[in-house]
Amino acid sequence: MSDKPSMRKSYEGVVICAPVTVPYRRYSTNAAHWWIGRALSALTKQSGLRPADIDGLSVSSFTVTPDTAIGLTQHFGLSPRWLDTVPLGGAAGMVALRRAARAVQAGDAEFVACVGADTNHIDSFRRNLSSFSRFAQDAVYPYGAGGPNASFALITKNYMNKFGATREDFGKICIAQRENALSVPHALMKKKLTMDDYLSARAISDPIHLFDCVMPCAGAEAFLVCREDTARSLNLAGVRILSTIERHNAFPDDPIQIRGGWARDIGELWAMAGVRPDDIDFVETYDDYPVIVMMQLEDLGFCGKGEGPEFVRGHSLTNDGSFPHNTSGGQLSVGQAGCAGGFLGLVEAMRQLSGAVLGTQVPDARLGLVSGFGMINYDRGLASGATILASAR
Amino acid sequence: MTQPLTRPKRKNPLKKTRLPLSPHAVRSRAAHGLTAAAAQGRFELQVCLDCKAVIYPVRDACPACLSARVAFAPVANGGTVLAETTVRVSTEPYFRERVPWRVGMVKLDVGPVVIAHLHGDVLEGQRARLQFKLDKGGAPVAIALPEKDTPNMADDPQWREMTCDPKFRRVLITDGRTAVGQAMAKAFSQAGAATVFVGVADGWKPFAGMDALPAIERVEIVPLDLTDTESVRELAEQNGGRVDILVNTAEHVRPGGLIGRHGLTVAREEMDIRYLGLVRLAQAFGPAMGARGADGVNSAAAFVNLLSVHALVNWPAYGAYSATEAACLSAAQCLRAELRPGGVKVMNVFFGPLETDWFQTIPPPKVAPATLANAVVDALKKGLEDVFVGDVAEDIRARLAANPKAVEREIGE
Repeated sequence: MSDKPSMRKSYEGVVICAPVTVPYRRYSTNAAHWWIGRALSALTKQSGLRPADIDGLSVSSFTVTPDTAIGLTQHFGLSPRWLDTVPLGGAAGMVALRRAARAVQAGDAEFVACVGADTNHIDSFRRNLSSFSRFAQDAVYPYGAGGPNASFALITKNYMNKFGATREDFGKICIAQRENALSVPHALMKKKLTMDDYLSARAISDPIHLFDCVMPCAGAEAFLVCREDTARSLNLAGVRILSTIERHNAFPDDPIQIRGGWARDIGELWAMAGVRPDDIDFVETYDDYPVIVMMQLEDLGFCGKGEGPEFVRGHSLTNDGSFPHNTSGGQLSVGQAGCAGGFLGLVEAMRQLSGAVLGTQVPDARLGLVSGFGMINYDRGLASGATILASAR
Repeated sequence: MTQPLTRPKRKNPLKKTRLPLSPHAVRSRAAHGLTAAAAQGRFELQVCLDCKAVIYPVRDACPACLSARVAFAPVANGGTVLAETTVRVSTEPYFRERVPWRVGMVKLDVGPVVIAHLHGDVLEGQRARLQFKLDKGGAPVAIALPEKDTPNMADDPQWREMTCDPKFRRVLITDGRTAVGQAMAKAFSQAGAATVFVGVADGWKPFAGMDALPAIERVEIVPLDLTDTESVRELAEQNGGRVDILVNTAEHVRPGGLIGRHGLTVAREEMDIRYLGLVRLAQAFGPAMGARGADGVNSAAAFVNLLSVHALVNWPAYGAYSATEAACLSAAQCLRAELRPGGVKVMNVFFGPLETDWFQTIPPPKVAPATLANAVVDALKKGLEDVFVGDVAEDIRARLAANPKAVEREIGE
């Protein structure tokens, strides 16, 4: 694989700030535009900026059709000089962050508003599934129409067969996340989850059961990218970006997905940040299904390939545990609001690192790792990304 | 092991008939290469002409070398089931009423991984044969079958959704006066059809084979004159809701082209029996069949058209006949689109000269009525849409694929 020494420039001088979450709803009668509007409004309120100050806009959404980002500039009365669309689902936050940070660093924009938002109408989930991608339309959706549940069921089954993961291992991840969500006001699922509840939940697509699945919903997440000195002058708590990686369609020759693109770029992620896995205070993985969490723990370097189940068994994953993970409850407890799901971990990490949590603070959180994953185009998730963030306090 | 089907009980007339739904049937244009192959029962995937990579899902460029020269070609269909799942909750209404539904990932020996429906006798980790079938929405889907045939495998519920197996279904053969009609009655009886209605026009007029016909097991003779709109309508009123497979065996074969004939009498007869006969059947039986595509084990399944292969390219020695057959083919394409939402397949069976009196002067190879009948039953069991029976039909199919203009010229010489 890779591995020339990295020639990449650091993100020094750039921060992300103003973490915004527009509280999720299971179904929304509002369009995606409404959710994006609420997020932009909250960004200006939190930062003290006027809308006219926002000169960069990055939008991630699946449900904003027939508009694209350009239509949104007029819709919201913005005149940005830098514009981006990142409809990359679970990797959207990582990718939006990388691009916006470079734009700010280069001086192409001063304030980039990054928004991930999707609505969820009655029946819109089904219609989005059938037309999600050309391969999904031709070669996945006609097969039982189990949607991502069925696709990840196959990946999960294979992972269990190959590496000995059990339903209890996946259950431990889900239960810890629910524990973390109990104190988060906007989490959609806030009933304590026991192992009995988890194991006896109804089967959705074997071996996936109810609590392995995220709940599709409507919501928005957003943040602002600007220079560190600018943030300081505005009295905004900034979070530093130590390193990032991004990879699409990695390992196309793996017959069935057992790893994501992180495995290919992981050396660069740690080298660029200049830290080691032991240094990390908490981790936000992309948790559309717990098997993907386990793959990330392996591929991001916290344990070896196939050691995910053992790693989970050996740690407590709650915010007060030995390995604080998905500290706001993740999508499994908060809900999956389309592309906002790709922002959720990032926004929560910003809160943990700036001491502005909505739920429970991870003690002494200075370094956090956030990872994204998404776009199951055919048989596997194609997009992966990760970033290591540091408190600027 | 597949549980054998049991004969369905008589339907409770007060119960609501389950209306037909389709799985998601939209496909990319390139993916209709699979439709074309599945319609004829071939297993084909795209193969890159430049680097020989075998490609799936269907693409507009080769993912190994970016060549645009990707063409469908027959490839080996063996593979291994990497993982399976049983879908218990589906977003699609069609599957919601059919769960639990098994799907899996099959790694083909030729390379690609295919997400496929799983036949009940295929298990994770095992070898399987992959086939592409047209599902209830007429769209191509892969299904993994056990490597070797298993007992009762045709009765598997997921497999039976893709096929039009005559077992326990009720069949209408529209014309029992012909050798083909009688062979068809025999073949469907042997295939386990619950009832074989055989239409006979002018029952008082004797015909060859009239004594043997009612002796065939489960055959029921019904009056039916395809040139008489009232007669067709009457039969449909009595039995339309009990016809699951309709096989139109009406034939009218007369030699001759256009300028050698005087007047229109023969041409009118041809069109009346063949083309208008088809229209009468479609109007009388189509609505009920289209509403019964999901009506249990003996749901409506197929409307079968027997067509001369010269519907595809005119044979001047039988030129007027060819033209009539072409009209029937065009109507069948319309009927196919009209019955697709009902989950009913329209199967077109193409053949060359038959071993019957009206082709007496034509040298072999010719198709025996029993051969044609067995081919129809076999194709229904496989769920095909376009079937070519015999050497002449196969020859013309291959030549048309290569150069239609050459066929047109050579066939007239």
